[in-house]
Amino acid sequence: MSVVVFTRSTPDTAAKVEADASGGVSWGDASTVVNPWDEYALEEGILQAKAGAGKAVVVAIGGELHNEALKHSLAMGLDEAARVEDAGIDPTDSLAYATAAAAAVKKIGDIDLVLFGKESVDVGSDQHIVQTARKLGWTMLSYVSKIVAVDYAAKTIKVERMLEEGKQVVTSKLPVVISVMKDINEPRYPSFIGIRKASKAVIPVWSLGDLGIAAPLPRTKVVRYKNLPARDTRFELIEGTPEEQAKVLVDRLIEEKVL
Amino acid sequence: MSAVIAWVEAFNGKAIPATWEALAAARMLADTFGVSVAALIIGEGGEALAAETGQYGADEVLLCADSSLNNYRLEAYAGVLTALVQSRQPRAVVAAATSRGRELLAASAADTDSPMLGDVLSLSVSADGWISADRAGYAGKVLSETVVVGGETQFVTVRSRAFKALDPKGGAAPQVSSVALALGEDQIVSKVERFETEAGTVNLTDAAVIVSGGRGMANNPKDAPADAGDAAVWKARDGFANVLQPLADSLGAAVGASRAAVDAGYIPYAHQVGQTGKVVAPDLYIAAGISGAIQHQAGMRTSKIIVAINKDKEAPIFKMARFGLVGDLYQIIPALTAEVKKRLGK
Ligand SMILES: Cc1cc2nc3c(=O)[nH]c(=O)nc-3n(C[C@H](O)[C@H](O)[C@H](O)COP(=O)(O)OP(=O)(O)OC[C@H]3O[C@@H](n4cnc5c(N)ncnc54)[C@H](O)[C@@H]3O)c2cc1C
Ligand SMILES: Nc1ncnc2c1ncn2[C@@H]1O[C@H](COP(=O)(O)O)[C@@H](O)[C@H]1O
Repeated sequence: MSVVVFTRSTPDTAAKVEADASGGVSWGDASTVVNPWDEYALEEGILQAKAGAGKAVVVAIGGELHNEALKHSLAMGLDEAARVEDAGIDPTDSLAYATAAAAAVKKIGDIDLVLFGKESVDVGSDQHIVQTARKLGWTMLSYVSKIVAVDYAAKTIKVERMLEEGKQVVTSKLPVVISVMKDINEPRYPSFIGIRKASKAVIPVWSLGDLGIAAPLPRTKVVRYKNLPARDTRFELIEGTPEEQAKVLVDRLIEEKVL
Repeated sequence: MSAVIAWVEAFNGKAIPATWEALAAARMLADTFGVSVAALIIGEGGEALAAETGQYGADEVLLCADSSLNNYRLEAYAGVLTALVQSRQPRAVVAAATSRGRELLAASAADTDSPMLGDVLSLSVSADGWISADRAGYAGKVLSETVVVGGETQFVTVRSRAFKALDPKGGAAPQVSSVALALGEDQIVSKVERFETEAGTVNLTDAAVIVSGGRGMANNPKDAPADAGDAAVWKARDGFANVLQPLADSLGAAVGASRAAVDAGYIPYAHQVGQTGKVVAPDLYIAAGISGAIQHQAGMRTSKIIVAINKDKEAPIFKMARFGLVGDLYQIIPALTAEVKKRLGK
């Protein structure tokens, strides 16, 4: 069973991200990392491809920035990487992303499982994941915290999904698209040999023409990034014995109408 | 008809709080467009819910009742919604940005090649009828203003607690019309085997008050029993259950945690707040034994009032806090619980 994992590069989680006067976004000289949620998807991709005696392919949609995430993925142990870039797709438009992602999966061919991390922190969205499944016409299993069993011969899968009220156990036929939660595994660190191999890898770039599709009609557009409204900077240090601290705090919380 | 459709999300027959917030957003959009609000209820036993939707702003109810729809499944529900969007071409479809709302609307938006603004914090409509929204980007560090630029029906999911539900009003129950089932059981390949609810959990994203514990929970002065295995884990778990939970109970609050506490096995992942956990926006967030790393801030930054309890007065959490209490959480939290009980009489 072969697997495709989608990922992207996002600024280091500790980076200070700010909007500039022209509505763009920047993170200074901070480095980029694999989108934090994707590490779990990449690890699961390696595990599932191995268990299913297939290959694990990692794909990013967007500009050269995302080569970083692809190289990290190869260093972790994914077998192949590809990047989709075309002036005709805006990867922040979920429908455009999904159209290109589905076409990339079809181009790779013979895939039973597509994995995503729970969401992309840059765009702040998970809707492109579900939409990729719909464009492929496959079942979507989102928020998966455990792959319980895969029957490669019968082409069935059983997973646990994490929802607000608890855990849903679902079975489905393959192929499926899955988004994974942090709980699912313990992502490995790239090995020294992996890093050396990845640094030499030449990552192919596919255009929409290579995927055999026309540019999807644009549906949404990010107009500008804005900084957060300034936080209330008032601070009160409450001192005294624990009992005195507790009393003053409760007074204040009642004054602030949050109790 | 060219209404705004609002999906009413219920669990065990009861509407979730965020669904009334979504209905308020639908009402605002419908009033701007000059159209009506149709509440969509999927699953059997929706009659009581139908009357309730009228109280919160719906003009009419679309009810799709079939036993195959009683357990939420994306394929089955998306089948219903997509067929409805195709036949009725609503101006917009709105739902709460819950696990289910997000995937359901994203699926139908894809099926109908429609635009979707997901997990929005605010909404407005341009003169030519396109919806625009502020959304959180880069783990909530910036806002992205996103607009619809094409398509017929505009799909929107609204973040919990970003919109206020309308005050329930009286009046006649809305007219209910039934909607046909879209897919037969044999067309649905996923099957729900079971659902395990976690007893007594309060939904973090809906909570008005959250009490969170971090790595500092391990510094419980109580002695771990000899057979406890890892003493730190035992102490922290005991602290979450017997020190933090009573405070949460006295406040009607949900219990959150830092990733350090989750990774150390003190409390399940479902409680994690932060960049790789839940994003919450309560009125009151009490952080105990949490240093306030930037990844934790990503999940609680938009809380209205933050209280920090930490023995290290240099901890970064104090920079975000409105009120700071320097000291040992194992002394302060019990005192706070006693004070809350005394003052609020709970
Ligand atoms: C990619 C990535 C994603 C991440 N995602 C998240 C996330 O989603 N959520 C998250 O929380 N973190 C996340 N982190 C981890 C984050 O960087 C911090 O490591 C974590 O938040 C620290 O948790 P903590 O504050 O409980 O622990 P510490 O930083 O160890 O802080 C413990 C605090 O407790 C105080 N303390 C100890 N004992 C007591 C006592 N008896 N009374 C009072 N105070 C006491 C100490 O003074 C200290 O300030 C992420 C990190 C990365 C790299
Ligand atoms: N007794 C103490 N009083 C104040 N701060 C402390 C104390 N012990 C530890 N700390 C601080 O808390 C942080 C984590 O503490 P701990 O989790 O107890 O190891 C350390 O980095 C110290 O800065």
